[in-house]
Amino acid sequence: MPGQTPSQTVGPFFAYALTPELYGRQGIAGNVMAGDDTQGDVIRVEGRVIDGDGQPVPDALVEVWQANAAGRYRHADDPRDDVPVDGTFTGFGRSGTDADGRFWFETVKPGRVPGRGNAPQAPHINVAVFARGMLTHAYTRIYFADEQEANAIDPVLNTVDEARRGTLIGDARPVHGRTVYCFDIRLQGDGETVFFDV
Amino acid sequence: MTLNAFYRPRDWESQPPYLHPDYASTVLRSPKQDLVKIDQTLSEVTGPHFSADAIGPLHADLTTNAAVNGEPIGERIIVTGTVMDENGKPVPDTLIEIWQANACGRYIHEVDQHDAPLDPNFFGAGRCVTDADGRYRFVTVKPGAYPWKNHHNAWRPNHIHFSLFGPSFATRLVTQMYFPGDPLQPIDPIFNGVRDPEAQARMVADFSIDITEPEWALGYVWDIVLRGRDATPMES
Ligand SMILES: [Fe+2]
Repeated sequence: MPGQTPSQTVGPFFAYALTPELYGRQGIAGNVMAGDDTQGDVIRVEGRVIDGDGQPVPDALVEVWQANAAGRYRHADDPRDDVPVDGTFTGFGRSGTDADGRFWFETVKPGRVPGRGNAPQAPHINVAVFARGMLTHAYTRIYFADEQEANAIDPVLNTVDEARRGTLIGDARPVHGRTVYCFDIRLQGDGETVFFDV
Repeated sequence: MTLNAFYRPRDWESQPPYLHPDYASTVLRSPKQDLVKIDQTLSEVTGPHFSADAIGPLHADLTTNAAVNGEPIGERIIVTGTVMDENGKPVPDTLIEIWQANACGRYIHEVDQHDAPLDPNFFGAGRCVTDADGRYRFVTVKPGAYPWKNHHNAWRPNHIHFSLFGPSFATRLVTQMYFPGDPLQPIDPIFNGVRDPEAQARMVADFSIDITEPEWALGYVWDIVLRGRDATPMES
């Protein structure tokens, strides 16, 4: 059986290839995930990537993967034909970070997706974080502060120490009739984000 | 609901740790808490899929995909191989993105201030999608070594950055391909972030006279192994 190819850091110079809009080239995906015709509540997710000294990480790459508003993943291995696919929505987004470590996405709030044993999971966005100084990426999830009931019975949140659960929940605030969720990713130290071995 | 089998875990014998102090930037960017193990769900076994439409102008020939008034300077090379999973099964129809320094060891990235020339005919990024047998092929120039400030007189070995998706979010991989016989590998903290020599060797391409094209370009073969599924489908 062939062994896994090891991961290596994305390094400091990925932007012109992976988020190349600033270099006048088209990327494969960007910050804007929802179009005008996408079903569901348009939301903004924003935050900062922060290191163990509380300093911004200006050369991180944040990737997100989520279900559509109905709770369906656009993927052949999501077998639930009774839950509609939204042809305008892939569910994948990519954002670099700026000098202040900031990333952002414009997307729709994902619907609920079943977990193991069909237990309903709370709405969430799956995240992979890459950066110079990270030899391999880190997985986390964004949950939503205004989904208290769903969060309370989410099997993944309930796997996490209660004291650290809050690091997985984006604070909600309304801005011009839209909800903005703030989700900082603390790689290390006080309030360190929970990262998953998936 | 029955899901196709779940993915085998990341093999931490092969994968580098987050904290590797010889690579100085890991010191403040490595989680200190243990990763929390979770059961895979639909969220992990699904992932984005990109068809050939996603490739766009930055196609797999980096010697022509950004040419302005000629060919890039450097040693023309072919890099090809198979993307497979741990079960040896090819991974077809998956997007690969690569990026690299030019032949002088300079990236077009605005932060790269290495005192080496940019090449007007070389952007240094390309994409392709694996074929039905999991094969990919890039044409490019051999990237130069370049200095970095990790420690005194630090130089990165020649390498090409690779980004792959595979069939799910769990199979995502960003890595680097190295060249055989490079004397900088044994003293490179990033290469040596991978501890197991066998796993290190999996990051190094083979020179191939069969892939080499007469009067045109040297050939290198590099196979990439992504996480594979466990054999048995599981009730979810
Ligand atoms: Fe590099």
